[in-house]
Amino acid sequence: MGLLTISPSPHDHSSESVPKLMYGVIIALLPAFLASVYFFGISTVIITVTAMVSCVIFEFLIQRYLMKEKPAISNGSAMVTGMLLAFCLPTNLPIWLVILGSFVAISVGKMSFGGLGNNPFNPALVGRVFLFISFPVQLTSWPEPGVNHFAYLDASTGATPLSIMKEGLKNRESISHILLDIPFYQDMFMGNMGGSAGEIAAAALLIGFAYLLIRKIITWHIPVSILLTVTIFTGIMWLIGPTSNPNPLFHLLSGGLMLGAIFMATDYVTSPMNIKGMWIYGVGIGIITVVIRIFGAYPEGVQFAILIMNAVTPIINKYVKPRRFGEEVSNG
Amino acid sequence: MFKTFRPGGIHPSENKLTAGSTIEELPVPEQVSIPLNQHIGAAPKVLVERGDQVKVGQLIARGEGFISANIHSSVSGKVLKIAAVVDMSGYKRNAISIKVDGDEWVEEIDRSPELITEIALERQEIVQKINQSGIVGMGGATFPSHVKLSLPRGMKVKYLIVNGAECEPYLTSDHILMMEKADQILVGATIIMKALDVEKAFIGIENNKPDAIDHMSDRAQHYPGIEIQGLRVKYPQGGEKQLIKALINREVPSGGLPIDVGAVVFNVGTLFATYQAIQKNKPLFERVVTSTGKNLEKPGNFMVRIGTPISALIEACGGLPENTGKIISGGTMMGKALNSLEVPVIKGTSGLLVLPEAESRRKEMQHCIRCSKCITVCPMGLEPYLLMAFGERELFERMEEEKATDCMECGSCNYICPANRHLLDYIRLGKVEINKIRRLRKN
Repeated sequence: MGLLTISPSPHDHSSESVPKLMYGVIIALLPAFLASVYFFGISTVIITVTAMVSCVIFEFLIQRYLMKEKPAISNGSAMVTGMLLAFCLPTNLPIWLVILGSFVAISVGKMSFGGLGNNPFNPALVGRVFLFISFPVQLTSWPEPGVNHFAYLDASTGATPLSIMKEGLKNRESISHILLDIPFYQDMFMGNMGGSAGEIAAAALLIGFAYLLIRKIITWHIPVSILLTVTIFTGIMWLIGPTSNPNPLFHLLSGGLMLGAIFMATDYVTSPMNIKGMWIYGVGIGIITVVIRIFGAYPEGVQFAILIMNAVTPIINKYVKPRRFGEEVSNG
Repeated sequence: MFKTFRPGGIHPSENKLTAGSTIEELPVPEQVSIPLNQHIGAAPKVLVERGDQVKVGQLIARGEGFISANIHSSVSGKVLKIAAVVDMSGYKRNAISIKVDGDEWVEEIDRSPELITEIALERQEIVQKINQSGIVGMGGATFPSHVKLSLPRGMKVKYLIVNGAECEPYLTSDHILMMEKADQILVGATIIMKALDVEKAFIGIENNKPDAIDHMSDRAQHYPGIEIQGLRVKYPQGGEKQLIKALINREVPSGGLPIDVGAVVFNVGTLFATYQAIQKNKPLFERVVTSTGKNLEKPGNFMVRIGTPISALIEACGGLPENTGKIISGGTMMGKALNSLEVPVIKGTSGLLVLPEAESRRKEMQHCIRCSKCITVCPMGLEPYLLMAFGERELFERMEEEKATDCMECGSCNYICPANRHLLDYIRLGKVEINKIRRLRKN
């Protein structure tokens, strides 16, 4: 017998670990990745791999040479950031922009605050919004789905359902008229439409959601509260003016809503810590998204809505507390 | 229908290796060291001197003050010394060491196996007898039992809650006791019900012990007012507040006691000791201890005299394995790591666990990723990540505001944390500091 270890209880640990959770998220993103490859071909692979590799390399370099600490890239969080960033970019984006976006996501979005666990904003969204504001033209031209699987930069481009809708409404066309230019709902559900790499296929994203729930990586509260809020809010608008507002189903299936609600808003670090807080956060994202989509200048608002609610998260955590055991005494 | 508590809870590996091993009488060791501080409360006054001859069951230290407990000799022989020995806490504390000579019991103890169900004593006499017999909570908290039975004026108990959950991994001592001594436990419950003047008792047993649920339910038919309730397996169901929540759906208020919701909680082991004290005149000087570990040759459940060094238990299990890295009094979740093989078994020792080197070390701690799993599993509705953050910065008053003192140290947060953070260490530190602050405030 060697020396006895003395340590306080507990003396057992679950099999949970940070890498296990992060690789779980990557697995959950795979169905959406495959759907994207099906519709956009090789270009999806190019930008996804580029973003993931650049994020890992930038995180390694910053940790090793700027922060002078042991790089923790093996925990998989930089890979998740890279994958999520690629998923909200058009697949015909030039490689140097993907690398630049990855750099901003990791350096400004994550490492400048101290790395994993300390960043107030979702790093992938920081990278995406930086590119969107700095390079609006490149960020708003999407390739047509299913046209040429081996085209990358030279792919023929089209618009997304959301931008078609926005444009049409601006020109005072009626909804029924605009819908003629938009894919059927079942096509939108399967991902057969113009859009960013990973956001098109609602069906594939929902499979990923189911996987996250089964593995208990996230709880259902944030995605459901966002989607429910969007449904109710757009539903009310639709009932008020059915000729000038698309129905809730269109809103749910278009743009980055599914990807944002399931994978972006649920980022551990930047979302509230308890159920009550998650509802407030989710409802907030839902409302802001719809306000931007219907009343704002941009066709899509999910990214901004999530970033705004990221900023509110510390306040939610401070004031919204879980129900303490024995708080309300029911004596009977 | 199996009940359980809310919120929180975890499912650690059960590892009940000794489930079904019958209770084996551990041979009386050559020498015992009986610690004076085996319970919560004041140390008792020593009644013997060096060189005195004592018998099994003889009173050797008397409880001092209201919250204290009597200590009886567990062996017959000669008092060697009254000196400090290393106990479960890792510190040296006073103990009475006795050199064993034969096995002569005091005459008053009824050693026959006959079951006595008729309760001759009246309410006050029962409480008095329990006090004299040195009975304390045997689930681990070691709170003197007579204190629980002496209710403040005006307080009325509605339910006796009995803990047969045994949610702690590895331990099976309560399980085997329910299988072998069901009637004695049920008579014990009836005695306590009489002392508290209650009509209804619930015995909660987790459904990983279906044989115990069946057997106890079968026997309980003969004891009016006692109901056996199966519980869904979830740790920490044996926590007092969680068990009450599971069985009668009441929440003990923060800082309160079970009596605030009309309940008094006893462990099945304590009920067995109560039966022996009241019906057999036998004070508390031995108990069932699970001695276990994956690498032990013969793990088992043993009837052990109080004061027996744990080395004797390990010997009975085939000796200490080569790769031993940690020895724990209790189970993996709430047990205490021991620093010596000479630590004596006390009234609150429900198990002894030997872990191999590979399972002894903690994993490396990483940054908090705010996954909120610690909040989800906390059975008290606390925010362990926040308490740790305050603890690291020594903001103990903030910890108090966030109810750190409600923490019962079940360890669920530590267990689940994907970043291997030592959440409970900082909460414990905070609790100590908060108590210091509170004492200062009073003065």
